[in-house]
Amino acid sequence: MNLVELTGIQLKERIVKREVSARAATEQLFAHIEAHEPRIKAYLTLDMAGALAQAAAVDAKLGRGVQCGKLAGIPVAVKDNMCTAGLKTTCASKILGNFVPPYDAHVVERLKAEDAIIIGKTNLDEFAMGSSTENSGFQVTRNPWDVERIPGGSSGGSAAAIAAAMAFMALGSDTGGSIRQPAALCGVVGLKPTYGRVSRYGLVAFASSLDQIGPITKDVADAALLLAAVGGHDARDSTCADVPVPDYSAELDDLPAHLRIGMPREYFGQGLSPEVRKSIEDALAVYRRLGAEVVDVSLPHTDYAVATYYIVATAEASSNLARYDGVHYGYRTPQKGDIVELFSRSRAEGFGDEVKRRIMLGTYALSSGYYDAYYMKAAKVRQLFKRDFDAAFERVDCIICPTSPTPAFKMGERTANPLEMYLSDIYTISANLAGIPGISIPCGFTAGGLPIGMQILGKHFDEMGVLQVARAFERQATYPRLRPRLAI
Amino acid sequence: MSLTIKDVEYVANLARLELTAEARERFARQLADVLGYIGKLNELNTENVEPLVNGAAMTNVFRDDRAQASLPREKALANAPEQAKGFYKVPRVIE
Repeated sequence: MNLVELTGIQLKERIVKREVSARAATEQLFAHIEAHEPRIKAYLTLDMAGALAQAAAVDAKLGRGVQCGKLAGIPVAVKDNMCTAGLKTTCASKILGNFVPPYDAHVVERLKAEDAIIIGKTNLDEFAMGSSTENSGFQVTRNPWDVERIPGGSSGGSAAAIAAAMAFMALGSDTGGSIRQPAALCGVVGLKPTYGRVSRYGLVAFASSLDQIGPITKDVADAALLLAAVGGHDARDSTCADVPVPDYSAELDDLPAHLRIGMPREYFGQGLSPEVRKSIEDALAVYRRLGAEVVDVSLPHTDYAVATYYIVATAEASSNLARYDGVHYGYRTPQKGDIVELFSRSRAEGFGDEVKRRIMLGTYALSSGYYDAYYMKAAKVRQLFKRDFDAAFERVDCIICPTSPTPAFKMGERTANPLEMYLSDIYTISANLAGIPGISIPCGFTAGGLPIGMQILGKHFDEMGVLQVARAFERQATYPRLRPRLAI
Repeated sequence: MSLTIKDVEYVANLARLELTAEARERFARQLADVLGYIGKLNELNTENVEPLVNGAAMTNVFRDDRAQASLPREKALANAPEQAKGFYKVPRVIE
């Protein structure tokens, strides 16, 4: 059988029982990648030699009868904005084109400690700024379901790799929907944890109060396992919460009795594709059959989410990206000039258009005379989002809504109009503003065969509840479990 | 909402971004669009609302003031575009 079709957990079981070696699985995976990567372009860096060496080490450990980690022998792809010691980390930006980190991100340390095999670094919108992966400074990733379409973004490389079975598990990062939206558009599972659940140490910062790392996987059980492996306290990220990580896998199949699901009316209004709406409504019917109660809730400030986000995120980005100066690391202009010209030209030549646009917007929002009108106003509106969710979660256990208003769109369709692209994230941004967890799981297909994603939002640190609700649907759902047909 | 080329030049200088004339014009137009859209936040009354700076309720975290190992110099300099004598090298700043 072709091992690449297995989930991460299924592969691990075979490896641990020594039915197959980690090395053989990794070799088979790289052969599959070699066949399909030229069309999908999910990866910026592949590390076959490193992966095979890690696989051999896992096999040797198992051979000696040593207990292996949670992710023993599972090949994992990492979004290229997380530092990997000795392996290029570019953020899909020319300004970091040759950057080789001297240290591992916390999540990468965790992967290694749990005996995962790191196979490579996946494509993204430059510095995670975008919703289609078209803003990558290096290449455009294709959606495996239709290569004329985008995979979503910014974690488009990780989502496309999972959809095309070119990795068993992947990590993404989510600032305004960058895990959930590409997961939805590629027909895979993507989980954005609570802000503070996973350490951001070694994640190249975009918007520090919104960024969160999470799993992109083939199913919910894999997401639960990967989150348990990378989550938990790390003193090197002062916003990483000291809250115990439950054994998500152990309780995954339990569904809370008397489950109350909120359906936010603002997420089912204008702009929602009828096919997406129908698919979510069908999914809610599945939950009713399971005994859940579905009630209307209101998140009255939803319409202001994108506006709030584009102040908060760009303000933080303008500050975070000040470090790219052509001096300490990264690209330096070859032109001669004084120190200010060195900064301005290195940044002008190194950053792409969308990154410049956001630095400009954020700098403007923080500049003297505008700070109160923009940044402070947005920070106050942000409080209203938290209140909306607090009020809703007094009445319901979780909220179910679409992940994205439309299925995957065509390449180039939204690149000319930044604002139209920003509105792709209308259903995902509020969770980042409020810091709550959210998962996107596949819930059906359009008539044209494109995957549709359903989003489940939960209370702070209730990843367990979110995963259980997701898993219940995954076990019950009647929609056809298709896989993308990959052309050779 | 309108944004003049002069506004764009002012912000670009603050952000240390050298922009071509074409980019200045394009950004003036695109940023004006986005700022116009963002203006809808003014429909909301936020008079007695406390700003929220991150999504998780947290208090400041302190750590003990203890010396720790840091990156060795050659590792810290390994990605520098230019270095000399164990330092980052830049154009002369003080005449």
